[in-house]
Amino acid sequence: MILWKIIFKNAFRHKLRTALTVLAVAVAILAFGLLRTVISTWYASVETSSATRLITRNAVSITFPLPLSYYSKIRQVDHVEMVSYGNWFGGIYITEENFFANFAVEPETYLELYPEYLIDEDQRSSFLRDRRGFIAGRQLVERFGWEVGDIVTLEGTIYPGNWEFQLQAVYRGRDENVDESQFFFHWEYLNETLEETDPAMADQVGYYLVGITDPDMAAQVAGEIDALFANSPAETITETEESFVLGFISMTETIIEVIRIVSLVVIVIILAVVANTMAMTTRERTGEYAVLKTLGYSGGQITFLIMGEALIISLCGALLGILLTYPAAQGFRQALRAFFPTFNVQPDTILIDLGIAVIVGIAASLIPSRQAVRIRIAEGLRRIG
Amino acid sequence: MAVPISYSIRSLWTRRLTTVLTAGGMALVVFVFAAVLMLAEGLRQTLVQTGSPDNLVILRKGATSEVSSAIEPEKAAVLESLPGIAVDEGGETLLAREVVVLIALDKRGGGSSNVTIRGIGRESLALRPQVRIVQGRMPRFGVHEMVVGESLVRRFRGMGIGGTLPGALKDWRIVGVMDAGNTAFNSEIWADAEQVMQAFRREAYSIVIFRLQHGFPLHRVSAIVENDPRLTLQAKIETVFYLEQSEAMARFLRILGITLTVIFSLGAVIGAMITMYSAVANRTREIGTLRALGFRRRAILLSFLAESLFLGLAGGCIGIFFASFMQLITISTLNFQSFSELAFKFTLTPAIFGQSLAFALLMGFIGGVLPAFRASRMNIVEALRTS
Repeated sequence: MILWKIIFKNAFRHKLRTALTVLAVAVAILAFGLLRTVISTWYASVETSSATRLITRNAVSITFPLPLSYYSKIRQVDHVEMVSYGNWFGGIYITEENFFANFAVEPETYLELYPEYLIDEDQRSSFLRDRRGFIAGRQLVERFGWEVGDIVTLEGTIYPGNWEFQLQAVYRGRDENVDESQFFFHWEYLNETLEETDPAMADQVGYYLVGITDPDMAAQVAGEIDALFANSPAETITETEESFVLGFISMTETIIEVIRIVSLVVIVIILAVVANTMAMTTRERTGEYAVLKTLGYSGGQITFLIMGEALIISLCGALLGILLTYPAAQGFRQALRAFFPTFNVQPDTILIDLGIAVIVGIAASLIPSRQAVRIRIAEGLRRIG
Repeated sequence: MAVPISYSIRSLWTRRLTTVLTAGGMALVVFVFAAVLMLAEGLRQTLVQTGSPDNLVILRKGATSEVSSAIEPEKAAVLESLPGIAVDEGGETLLAREVVVLIALDKRGGGSSNVTIRGIGRESLALRPQVRIVQGRMPRFGVHEMVVGESLVRRFRGMGIGGTLPGALKDWRIVGVMDAGNTAFNSEIWADAEQVMQAFRREAYSIVIFRLQHGFPLHRVSAIVENDPRLTLQAKIETVFYLEQSEAMARFLRILGITLTVIFSLGAVIGAMITMYSAVANRTREIGTLRALGFRRRAILLSFLAESLFLGLAGGCIGIFFASFMQLITISTLNFQSFSELAFKFTLTPAIFGQSLAFALLMGFIGGVLPAFRASRMNIVEALRTS
């Protein structure tokens, strides 16, 4: 009991130093939390992908289209419940900095395949009725201050010209990981226009979205779809939504690797700061430890004293850092919303934060406590400064 | 009179563990700072060197990348009669119609990524003097042959000479490897444009590129291109075009880098402050003695500031030393804007070296200035009395 008291008294004896160390730990934990959130956001779309959705795309690469005629063939495959399709539209809203994902999709089936998009029934039906209507996620609508009924013009990068759409519906995500920053409009509108302006590009579909009845049949269904079009001019690759998204992520994995490494660096920085504080503290208190030893305290108890102090400091810092992570994540999201549609601090990030604080507290006190334990009593009492 | 510099240095040496830990923390921050700048610089240099300021790229109006652009053969023919196109010694106009498609290829480490296939014209190589063939030869026109960039050979499967690619290119043969230095072409595959268009059933070219005659006013050409209602095309200087290709990625790196360095440097500054405050507290009697010997308050202030700056300098040098090894690393990733694989190196420039060092000294200064003030404002008698 008395040891605990000493630990607390010791930890806050040098108020300025302790406060600074706590602050340094908090800053580092904050940085680590943000980096972890960047990584988990990168993978967020994997978690929201459904096991009953497959994506069929051109085998050459996603930039090559598939003929619309594949639609009825895919529908006849066993265990296929519903088929939808869409094109990456790639339109720009006013300037390139306003980037958001926009797709031309077959609206009815598409919305049915994505039950995680929650839509008001009236809005859904007015979107389905209006061929020039579009539906957008709640965050996107808030970002640009759109209201239902507004006309929004996108400049096509793949499909030239200015395209006008009317906002008919807004969707919300069923949970916070659902991307609420997308923009969908009627595939028919795109296709009709292309039939007039560029018939070669009409009746082409960027990807098919295939809803299956049983997730266990995914591999079999995918194999059957690909076999249908093998050796045709447009061969296909069909995979689950999850592996499709993972494929995308793997293209940018180098950046994730870099962020991972940097987040390890920040841990080493905290370790250096806390270890420094502990080294200074124990050096100053060498005499006191010698007194404790004279009183009969064992080396283990002294180690416990030093380690406990380090743990208190690092845990205080971690708690402060965790508290700061939430508002900082909000700010980060504002600055980078073109890149990250969602930016939520995951619970496991907080657990890892705490784990790091414990490890740093223990590791930082290893060398100082060994020195304190080893020193001979007489020497310790004699030493100054 | 100033306190000797050696006093500051020896004080650091006396408390080695603390000095090493503090300078080590700063070194890590400088390392991250320098590495982020080097990455952004590497990306910038790669894309700037890819373009040439004399070349003009024509894209479809509104298209932001080569892949999303399309120029029908009739329009390409109109472009060939533009004024101001340079001519080489053999009398050929330096103009090429090119087609760009992306194909998904398997990486060596697993996974796949989009690789650019550039269908080239006869003058394409002349327009890109950065590109050299280092193995084998250039592909012949009219046959299914291709040449691959060096960076692809290292990163993707089956890319050596004699190799073949899956899918639509299965009967094509790799006949050469090209080294395009630090440019985006190093991550591309080149082949005859007409063959590429046939294989991928493309009817339109992606871009038309030509060299402008020396001194010919750019605005005259671009005015013709952009004002002709038949064309709906846009003209861009090649260097500008490639710079724009990297904007999103550069911005991403910049925001991430700045956020990180600001947060990290806060940690390191606090670390330096802890060290310097305790240095001052531990040496109260020494400071009193120095003052009693006749050193002025300002001399004490400068001495402690110097100590802190030395800490920063040491951290900066160590950080830059390790960061310079990052130049050996090449990053290869998907560029969001062109949607294709791009390799670039960490690049250390004298400017980055200077900025990193200045940054380290600044951290030392901020960390040391408050403790140094405290040291300089001590009362002689009280300072001497402390044990």
